[in-house]
Amino acid sequence: MIERRGIVGAAAKAGVGFVLAAALAIGPMIGAAAAEELNVLNWQGYGTDEAWALELFEERTGVEVIHDYFNSEQEMLTKLRTSPGTYDVVLINSAFTEQAAKEGLIQPVDSGKIENFEDLSPLLRDSPRFIIDDKLYAIAWVWGMTAVAYNTEDLETAPESIQVFWDLEFAGRVGWRDDAVEAVSFAAIATGQDMNHPEDLDKVREKLRALKPQIRAFWSSEDEWNKLFAAGQFDVSTYWSGSAARSATNFDLPVGYVVPEEGAIGWFDGLSIATDAPNPEAAHAFINFLIDPEFYVRWATEVGAPASANREANAALPEGDMGREIHGDEAAMKRLQWMAPLSDEERRTYQEIWDETKAYFAQ
Amino acid sequence: MRIEQRRRFAILGLTAPTYLWLALTIFLPLSVMLYFSFLTVAPIGNREPALTFAQYGAFLDKEFYRFLTWRSVMMGVHVTLGCVLIGYPAALILAHHVPNRWREALFLLIVLPFWSNALVRIFSWTMVLRENGLIDRGLQAIFPDAPSVGILFTYPAIIVGLVHSYLPYMILTCYISLQAIDRSLIEAARSLGASNLAIFRRVLLPLSLPGLLAGMVLVFVPVIGSFMEPRILGGLEGVTLGTVIEDQFTAVFNWPLGAALSFILLAIVLTILAAAYPLLRRNLQPF
Repeated sequence: MIERRGIVGAAAKAGVGFVLAAALAIGPMIGAAAAEELNVLNWQGYGTDEAWALELFEERTGVEVIHDYFNSEQEMLTKLRTSPGTYDVVLINSAFTEQAAKEGLIQPVDSGKIENFEDLSPLLRDSPRFIIDDKLYAIAWVWGMTAVAYNTEDLETAPESIQVFWDLEFAGRVGWRDDAVEAVSFAAIATGQDMNHPEDLDKVREKLRALKPQIRAFWSSEDEWNKLFAAGQFDVSTYWSGSAARSATNFDLPVGYVVPEEGAIGWFDGLSIATDAPNPEAAHAFINFLIDPEFYVRWATEVGAPASANREANAALPEGDMGREIHGDEAAMKRLQWMAPLSDEERRTYQEIWDETKAYFAQ
Repeated sequence: MRIEQRRRFAILGLTAPTYLWLALTIFLPLSVMLYFSFLTVAPIGNREPALTFAQYGAFLDKEFYRFLTWRSVMMGVHVTLGCVLIGYPAALILAHHVPNRWREALFLLIVLPFWSNALVRIFSWTMVLRENGLIDRGLQAIFPDAPSVGILFTYPAIIVGLVHSYLPYMILTCYISLQAIDRSLIEAARSLGASNLAIFRRVLLPLSLPGLLAGMVLVFVPVIGSFMEPRILGGLEGVTLGTVIEDQFTAVFNWPLGAALSFILLAIVLTILAAAYPLLRRNLQPF
């Protein structure tokens, strides 16, 4: 306590008004952490390591943020397991939060210390993926979806049903991603099943085979999708929501985007605090900083980002930004099914189904 | 006896580095993959692999793997045929009918595509072959009502891309054996009253067969395992055994199945070459 007062006093004497104001505002939380470090574990280039953001955060709190990276979810879990007490904030895909919590790798988050908590979309904020044994283990940060994109010049009204992909009116006019898990997920949704673990795989097989007269081209990346779409290769296609917004806003393509009534594929990432984190107070402050509209708008407009879980942040995007519209529709969001972790066995089965389907396409 | 022994040492000493190099760069990685093909999971991370024949069993079990294998082999046949039909006449003209000073420039044009990245070449083809692509626009500039001839995302598009990629091998091997043919043999045949067709059938073709066969092997073997060209140009018809093998390594982390399918493909290539061995042995001697 003496030490903290000393630091605040020194700052005041030095006349650094801004630092003082910031330190007073979050003083009780952050004071002890001043001139300290915060260790973050995330994918490289995924928002938290933007240089301008780290400068801003350090300027306000005096906390220096240090990054370590992982290349797969498994690597992230391994790093948490083998280096307890090293990391403060860790990014975890919602499909893996429960596993991390059950293994004791992360600790509950105190939502009372997160000012922006109330602005988060309740659908993500209060997700059962994050609330485990009545305790909140992650703060929803960003999300996205894979749904239906369509050419607004060819379709006057947005398609309502996912069956548009099977509609013979669009025979040879459908774009599809060459990805086994995604293909099986869409077929499961279209046959009214759980997208992650469909029970009736024969129905999925049959539904996928029925795509044979429909699909015009496979796409694999945002760039390829834009080229195919601009060349008029398809009228309706599966597509990522963030990419659809970029295609419409940055490339002026006539792209419409809709979540059909049966639903579509959704994913979301949360920010958690590691067990025995050296600096939990600063960790809370950093998470609050990351879900703040100020950080998000700059990240989204200058660098490009997935949708924010914070409704205020999404609404703060510039007027006319398509991402603002498609990610702001709570009713559409409710229809999504959320991606869950798959076992190796399931992945192999889905790949085999998809390869078999493609062989049938080529016959 | 001593001389004989020294000779043997010399041969061993001179060839050992080559064999060591082959062992390290080809035999060793292949052996590891062969071992993987008999495992249940790739032994990476904290997985517990066990020995199994299940990967090879999957090939026999699922009819579509055999269909895709057949498709890949037929793709190899079609591409090889295309390369022969274009490459051999091109080499013939180059070797016997083009003045020396033009030859170098033409060779440069043939080899030029090799200097660019294969992926770039294939992507350029998508711009040429697609509906409303370069061919379509060119045609419509002359005949405004011409229908689209875009073949992108069909099987013929794959063949076009692959023939273009592998044609230089065929032209170069054919050219080497064609230009080695003594001109006086052709003149002798002609003076004895042979027609052009007879000269081709009884002089040129037999003497250039080694180059033609070498070119066919050089084209056929890599083509049946190709996956990049079918994936980009083939669209809905772009699935081959090669793309399925690629998926096992990059999409689902199922190395054992990918390895097993690769070895099945290798076995098929070896069987085809073995069946053609008598023909190859007779004709490849001068090489």
